[in-house]
Formats: sequence, C-alpha cells, structure tokens
Amino acid sequence: MSVLVVAEHDNKDLKAATRVALAAAKAIGGDVDVLVAGSGSAAVAAAASKIACVRKVLHADNGAYANQLAENIAALVADIGKGYSHVVATHTTGGRNYLPRVAALLDVAQISDIVAVVDAQTFQRPIYAGNAIATVQSSDSIKVISVRGTAYDPVPAEGGAAAVEAVGVAHDTGLSAFVGEEIVKSARPELTAANIIISGGRGMGSADNFKLLEGVADKLSAAIGASRAAVDAGFAPNDMQVGQTGKIVAPDLYIAVGISGAIQHLAGMKDSKVIVAINKDEDAPIFQVADYGLVADLFKAVPELEALL
Amino acid sequence: MKVLVPVKRVVDANVKVRVKADGTGVDLANVKMAVNPFCEIAIEEAVRLKEAGVATEVIAVSVGAQACQEQLRTCLALGADRAILVQTDAEIQPLGIAKALKAVQDKVGASIVIFGKQSIDGDNSQTGQMFAALTGMPQATFASRVSAADGQLTVVREIDGGLQTVRVKLPAVVTTDLRLNEPRYASLPNIMKAKKKPLDVFSPADLGVDLTPTVKVLKVEPPAERGAGIKVKTVEELVEKLRNEAKVIA
Repeated sequence: MSVLVVAEHDNKDLKAATRVALAAAKAIGGDVDVLVAGSGSAAVAAAASKIACVRKVLHADNGAYANQLAENIAALVADIGKGYSHVVATHTTGGRNYLPRVAALLDVAQISDIVAVVDAQTFQRPIYAGNAIATVQSSDSIKVISVRGTAYDPVPAEGGAAAVEAVGVAHDTGLSAFVGEEIVKSARPELTAANIIISGGRGMGSADNFKLLEGVADKLSAAIGASRAAVDAGFAPNDMQVGQTGKIVAPDLYIAVGISGAIQHLAGMKDSKVIVAINKDEDAPIFQVADYGLVADLFKAVPELEALL
Repeated sequence: MKVLVPVKRVVDANVKVRVKADGTGVDLANVKMAVNPFCEIAIEEAVRLKEAGVATEVIAVSVGAQACQEQLRTCLALGADRAILVQTDAEIQPLGIAKALKAVQDKVGASIVIFGKQSIDGDNSQTGQMFAALTGMPQATFASRVSAADGQLTVVREIDGGLQTVRVKLPAVVTTDLRLNEPRYASLPNIMKAKKKPLDVFSPADLGVDLTPTVKVLKVEPPAERGAGIKVKTVEELVEKLRNEAKVIA
C-alpha cells in the first residue's frame, strides 16, 4: 500500500492543510509520498522533505503548473497517482477543483471531505451540511480522497529528511489560461488556521458595522468570519464565509456575533472548542450550540468586550 | 450556441434532516424537495446568457427518479427551453452521473455546461469536474462572474483567500458559486407555459451507460450532539468565564 499526497501551496509556502492530509495518509498506512506541482516551487519541495512521515517528495516544477490550473494538475496527478493505492488531497478550493478531475481520469470514485479514516477502504464523511455522518467503503483499485482541514491535527513540519525527486513530465493541456488573481492581503491569521475567530451575521446590519469586529479581532489576534447571510447581504466578502458552502473551521474559540445559527452556518463551525454567541434574540438557534451565550445588543456588547480584553 | 444545465433534486435547504433509526440513511419521506440552490444559480446564469444573445437554447438535464421531472419543470418555468431526464431508481454517485451526462452531451453538443458547485445533500462537489474530465473540456469552478467572447469564457473564481480569473476555451464547464447571480422566481404564466415545453426521458441503458456505484454506504449516523452551555448576563461575566473557566483567552 502506498499513498500519494498532493501538496497545497502557493509556490512559496507549503500550506498547513497539506499536513492535515498527511495525518490522514498516516492513518491509512503504507508508504507516503508527497507530490509538489508548481513553478519556482523548490522551497515548497524542501519544506515537504522535512516532514517526518514522508518517504519521498516528487517535485514537478514547470510553468504548466504555476497557477494550479485544474486541467494540467489533474493530468499530472492522475499520471503519477496510478502507481499508488491512494491519492489524497486537501478539501480546499484547490483540491476540490482538480481532484474530481483526477478521479474521473482514473475512472474511480472520489471520497470527498473525509473527517476520519476507519481503515484503508473505509472513511467517514459529513453529508447534509454535517447533519449526518456517513461511513463509506470504496471498492475501487485506487482510492481518491480529499480531507477536511479540521479532520486531524497536522503532522509536525519538521523531523524528516526525505529525498526530493524531480518529475520531468509536463502536462500542458492548453485548455485554460491564468489571467489574474486578487488575494486579500491581511495582517490577520487565515480563517482556517486561526486559533480564535470572531464572525458577524446579518445582525451586523451593514458592511460599515462589520468594522466593529476588528477591534476585538486585533486584541485577540483573531480572524474575522461571516455567515452566508452577511455575505449575501453584501456586508462581507465571500472568502470570509464560514459554513456548509464556505470555510469549515474549528478554532479554540469562535465568537458568533449577530448570527442566528442556520444549520448551514453551524455546519462550518460547530466543531470549535468553545463557542460564544452574542445575539439580541434569545431564541436564536445559535444559543443551542453555544458554550457561553449572551443575550444583548451587539452594538453595545462588542465595544464593551473590546474594552475588557 | 447551446447551454446544458445539469440539475439535482435535493431536500429543500430549509429542512433539517433526520437520520433514520436503522442507520441506513436520512429520512426523506414526506420531506419538501427542491432544485439544488447552486443548480438554480446555474439555470439563472444560462437564461441570462440567452437573454444576452450569447446562447440560443438552454437545456436542463437531471439524472434520477421520475420525481425529478418536478424540478425539471421548475427549470423550464425559470426559462430553460427543454429538459431531459435520465431516469433511474438505482442509487447513483457522481462518477456515474457524470458518465450519464456525458452521454447526454454527446447528443446535445452544448458549448457551455453549467453545474452547481455542489449539492446540499451529498456535499461532494465532484460532478462538474468529473464531467469536464470525461469530455476533455476545461473547467472554471466556483464561478462568481462569467463573460463570453470570441469562443472563450473569462471566469472569476472564488478561491481560498480571494479571487482568481481564468480563461477557458469552449466548449467548457462552469460550476457556480453563491455570488454569481440571484435567481429569479418563476412567474405564474411561465409555470403554465413550462407544462407544455418538451421533456424527454431516457434510461441509462438507452444511453449505454453503467451507473453502478463503487462506493458503498455502510451506515449513516447523527453527528455527536453538542450540548447547550450557559447564558451569561454581562460582558464582564463572559470575559471572566473565557479567561478562567474555558481558558481560551489570556
């Protein structure tokens, strides 16, 4: 048995989600190799080689892989992956984009967004916005799996010295082209990596009012999130969305402000260690999952909270 | 140019589903069903492409039981010109669905195929990308803006941390994200008209596709319940609890 883990990176840094996928790969068992496909991505391959559980790093460095275009990456991953029993990736927007394409090229099913490995064929995954957990078993010769970013603790970044092997083959399908990217630059931690998150919902009332959360976020070094309702209303950009169709998070502390607690939102944050809800409606469903609930007007409570931190 | 829109019949987004006591699945008896919300966005985008003069025909297609005709009629009322159902009562999974849709695409020859980015029941987020692989088409997933010109699509995509813009050659697959558009409501006259629009039914055998899944669902369980905690009266009390009881802030 051998597992190929596809690295998530931006040609500079190896993303922590990769180390979560590696933890799942370890749970599957067998030899674990990492594929780094990028351009000018030697630092990523070097970072991957330092991870203790990695047997070897396959490094495909070519302009065709520079922007992680799904057509080119999938062709490469399918080509290399056919020599493995398992192909594992992150369930980020990156993995979600190319991995089903890999599975179809290999003519096998994909098992998406797993939260636990039961054995090498059997996995658990949430369905219906996390309202049910399915245990599924694959009979395919190659198991193609994406791993939820909160499924496992990431394996340590250091402790290994795996060999880096260059992969020469370039899959340039020419089907798509990269035009540009707007990555939000923020001094705050990323939502999926933050220890503390403060999120606002429809109750925030406006995009301007969302700034109220910044003072608390600054004091706690927290990331700022939003419910789908707040994104829909134009209060916050979509990359801040926490929930079934946004990001899945599990920080140590999640503070939900003016969020009613629709099941789609709960799906994205209910694995947080401690949940705080601040809402003026005492019947809001968010209080059913909150460890600490405060029935209060957020426009009074949030500035007060900021002052006390 | 034709636009093909695969749609899925799912539990209505407002229904809180319950796991069946025997652990075989979720209880769907007498539950309100609807067009998957992301598929609705896909239909809306296709209809807008037709209204803008880019597309000439919008074809909605679904794979599943006979009851999926209800959702296809909804799509027809929203502006699709005709519909196709690949009818099967068997359990189906994304790869099989993608194969059935490829067979439909081989008949239809659409230039743009617009999927929802995921269905809110299985939450797989696979079918569009698998279809793209099987047909050799490029894919622009999680789209928040689509513009067509010179035989190409320029698509703004929602990615972790921001937006990415890609250009894809036609024919191409697009999967919709939330902010792509706001779907319209079907008007009563359009609902009436939809009843007369053509809806063709095929069996998987007609299309020569095998939909047998390779993934078996062993059991379905409710998630671990999270108990409600306590209510605090003041912000001071909250901060005190977070510091000294939960110990999550300094």
